[in-house]
Amino acid sequence: MSKINEMFAKGMWSEQVNVRDFVQKNITPYDGDGSFLCGPTERTTKLWDICCEAIKEEMANNGVRSIDTETVSTIVSHDAGYIQKDLELIVGLQTDELLKRAMKPYGGIAVVEKACSEQGLEVSDRVKDIFRNYAKTHNDGVFDVYTEEIRKYRSLGFLTGLPDNYARGRIIGDYRRLALYGIDRLVEAKKADLVNLTGPMSDEKIRLREEVAEQIKALVHIKELGAKYGLDLSRPAESAQEAVQWVYMAYLSAVKEQDGAAMSLGNVSSFLDIYVEYDLANGHITEELAQEFIDQFVMKLRVVRHLRMNAYNEIFAGDPTWVTEAIGGRLLDGRHKITKTSYRFLQTLYNLGPSPEPNMTVLWSQNLPENFKKFCAQVSIDTSSIQYENDDLMTGTRNSDDYGIACCVSFQEIGKHIQFFGARTNLAKTLLLAVNGGRCEMSGKTIVEGIPALKSDTLDFDEVMANYKLAMKDVARVYNESMNIIHYMHDKYYYEKSQMAFVDTNPRVNLAYGMAGLSIVADSLSAIKHAKVTVVRNEEGLSTDFKIEGDFPCYGNDDDRVDSLAVDISNNFNQLLCGLDTYKNAEPTMSILTITSNVVYGLKTGATPDGRAQGVPFAPGANPMHGRDKNGAIASLNSVAKLDYKNALDGISNTFSIIPKSLGADADIRRNNLVTMMDAYFSKEAHHLNVNVLNRELLEDAMENPQEYPQLTIRVSGYAVNFVRLTREQQLEVISRSFHSNM
Amino acid sequence: MLRVHSFESLGTYDGPGIRLVVFLQGCNFKCLYCANADTIELKGGKETSVDEIVSMAQNQRPFFGKNGGLTFSGGEPLVQAKQLIPVVKALKAEGFHICIDTNGSIFNAEVKEVMQYTDIVLMDIKHMNTEQHKLLTGQTNEKTLAFIQYLQELSKPVWLRYVLVPGYSDQADHLHQLGQHFKDFNNIEKLEIQPYHELGAHKYEHLGWEYQLKGVKANTPEQLATAYGILKEYFKEVVIN
Repeated sequence: MSKINEMFAKGMWSEQVNVRDFVQKNITPYDGDGSFLCGPTERTTKLWDICCEAIKEEMANNGVRSIDTETVSTIVSHDAGYIQKDLELIVGLQTDELLKRAMKPYGGIAVVEKACSEQGLEVSDRVKDIFRNYAKTHNDGVFDVYTEEIRKYRSLGFLTGLPDNYARGRIIGDYRRLALYGIDRLVEAKKADLVNLTGPMSDEKIRLREEVAEQIKALVHIKELGAKYGLDLSRPAESAQEAVQWVYMAYLSAVKEQDGAAMSLGNVSSFLDIYVEYDLANGHITEELAQEFIDQFVMKLRVVRHLRMNAYNEIFAGDPTWVTEAIGGRLLDGRHKITKTSYRFLQTLYNLGPSPEPNMTVLWSQNLPENFKKFCAQVSIDTSSIQYENDDLMTGTRNSDDYGIACCVSFQEIGKHIQFFGARTNLAKTLLLAVNGGRCEMSGKTIVEGIPALKSDTLDFDEVMANYKLAMKDVARVYNESMNIIHYMHDKYYYEKSQMAFVDTNPRVNLAYGMAGLSIVADSLSAIKHAKVTVVRNEEGLSTDFKIEGDFPCYGNDDDRVDSLAVDISNNFNQLLCGLDTYKNAEPTMSILTITSNVVYGLKTGATPDGRAQGVPFAPGANPMHGRDKNGAIASLNSVAKLDYKNALDGISNTFSIIPKSLGADADIRRNNLVTMMDAYFSKEAHHLNVNVLNRELLEDAMENPQEYPQLTIRVSGYAVNFVRLTREQQLEVISRSFHSNM
Repeated sequence: MLRVHSFESLGTYDGPGIRLVVFLQGCNFKCLYCANADTIELKGGKETSVDEIVSMAQNQRPFFGKNGGLTFSGGEPLVQAKQLIPVVKALKAEGFHICIDTNGSIFNAEVKEVMQYTDIVLMDIKHMNTEQHKLLTGQTNEKTLAFIQYLQELSKPVWLRYVLVPGYSDQADHLHQLGQHFKDFNNIEKLEIQPYHELGAHKYEHLGWEYQLKGVKANTPEQLATAYGILKEYFKEVVIN
């Protein structure tokens, strides 16, 4: 560690594993603008061109360039792989070839077999033999234990997208630790933890000891991985290039071993800046080279790929990887965390073109420097690739300034906290249980017992609410059961040792539940309360349609009469979830987020009392339903801002799309107005905002002529996606969304 | 109670900054090119109280930033000048910035009182020539010119707005006349040229009216540049919206 101690200011980090302290003691906050930034080098451009060609091949080949059907992917299963070795400053691929996808059968062998066969390929006999006959998988475990009830909920569309046939993801390793400490020191620290895990062997202790033992094995493998690429990962990084490389190697080992839906990066930009500042100050590198390290790092993040079934792609559209990097925010001591590397990361959107990955998330604080705020607004206007979250709200509520965002919107304290992901439940379909005596409106099957039939087909608000509360209670119960099963099994059969090696032993865990259909529920209850709603039933007595007489306020118009219903239902459901026992005593949290499951859930949900027809997609996340926000963009933002983050700690996703002209008459005005809007929105304790600044016509053109728009990025619920990789249905759904236009 | 047609919470072309635009029901003109023809009918609109509007403004206040606020438009907002008085008075008491977007043809004691609580006026002057004005709007322009004179005396900030309709309001000599008349009005901060568009034409069908300007095309860049060139000689700032 001696060289590091000469380079940087000492602190607690010098004696113990504490990256936050290192950042706090050594960060150089930057107040200036982006005029120092450099464009891409020739080398970077050449390398990215090769990647773009490979991506074109991928798209032309049913979305998959190639698959390794022989090897079970582990940290050390593949030889070194390069894009073009003489051009690469930051090295490492998941397999031996660019965009080649690897098998990770511990999630489930049937899943892997299907993913291969859908591409016209077959898993090797050896691997099939192992996983069908000798090794058990997460998927096997979960389905061995799932109750009939849980299976019914899944198949009918009350619980969709659960990580029971794909890896749960949502664990962010503190990959910075590899750079700051090197493998040897980290192994030492984990071994010290083992020494303290002695005494009476309770289940918990045995499990923890095993987890740490696995993590140590992973760390040793990571050193081996480094050796394949000629890197000595046993020691700490000693330069900017090494810091970037080491952080990437830690992340790479995670995506060699696991294929979680969300494999997020953390909060690395402000950390890496410390090394860059040192090298720049000492004349070891130029600004051009500093930017190149970041460009090449980001390039590697952009070519991460996981092997997926088509069914998975329907729910998680556009091949997302959620390599989420949290940029900015503030330290608890009041200083902001904007560094020149914060700018360099955003600059990659210009140097390499727009892209959904890495999923760049600006942690917005009212006190961020104006220069940075304006820069971000311009990046949004130019690329529609970034999202924003309320740093003041999160640091205040969660008491940490060293956090990343897992997946789309979820706060996670780096290295101290992990999440157990739980997708989301269909609360709109649950409302129909209240109207149909506990029966599924489409199949007629009884889902929840004990819900009385309604006294009349003219819906009475209090009666429906009482039934809805009963339905939500049972749905919460079954959801909780499935979550406990999933995470028990995932720990048992597909433990994330490479990621957990970079997390404190026995970290805090959040059980991350979710809900979908909020706007449908709010508008439906509003209709029942303020207008006259009559159920139309079929021969089996199931609702098929709703007749509405009179007006009612819709969510998205800054009208408390309906916005309060949205707040109440989400708070209510969260409270129900919080009351249930959890595996590992994980703390329950909930998100209002759909990803693209708003389309899937819409298909499985019949007509609803708000006038929505059967099969129509829900609005994404916490967004108002398309077309119902009639008072303009700000009224829409105001409605969403009323949702209570304390009852949705896993995140509240809001996607905002606007045509450039509506932001104002010229570039300066547009930038300033966007900054004003974000300051205002977040000042109201709103949590999150995806920002798209584009014309609907552009999207329509991209739909017809995808080859012209290979990098067109658009933000959808909770993430960004390459628009031309969505299915036509998904594209139409995105286009139908409210594009705010005040023209 | 004000009779409101609709709201636009992200108004970026309705005065300075970001504004909550309240479109009132009813207009005393019938401009051939009106893009909001469903606001012309004097009857109708939703009855909205002072409290409701103040409450909306409070909710939106952080979005107004340094120079945003509310704009009353329509239709012709000063048709409801009497009902507007308590609204603008209450809003001003809460410190909101108030803009009125008007055709200037209604000029009476009530309007004068509204002006006391107004920070800036968007003055939609349809045509400098009174006959051409009548052709375009159904009324002559003397009242509008007198009102603008009054605002000059009050030193009330004004942004002139001029819709450039090819063949109807883009005649060079009339544009010069407009410039000549107003060039010494030091309360006029800028002139906004509104390009002509047909986006409101479909509303005429719904109303059962005939759209009179069928076949009139949107301005060419040359037409806009010419108009800009003429007007720039006379006004501090000219913008094309």
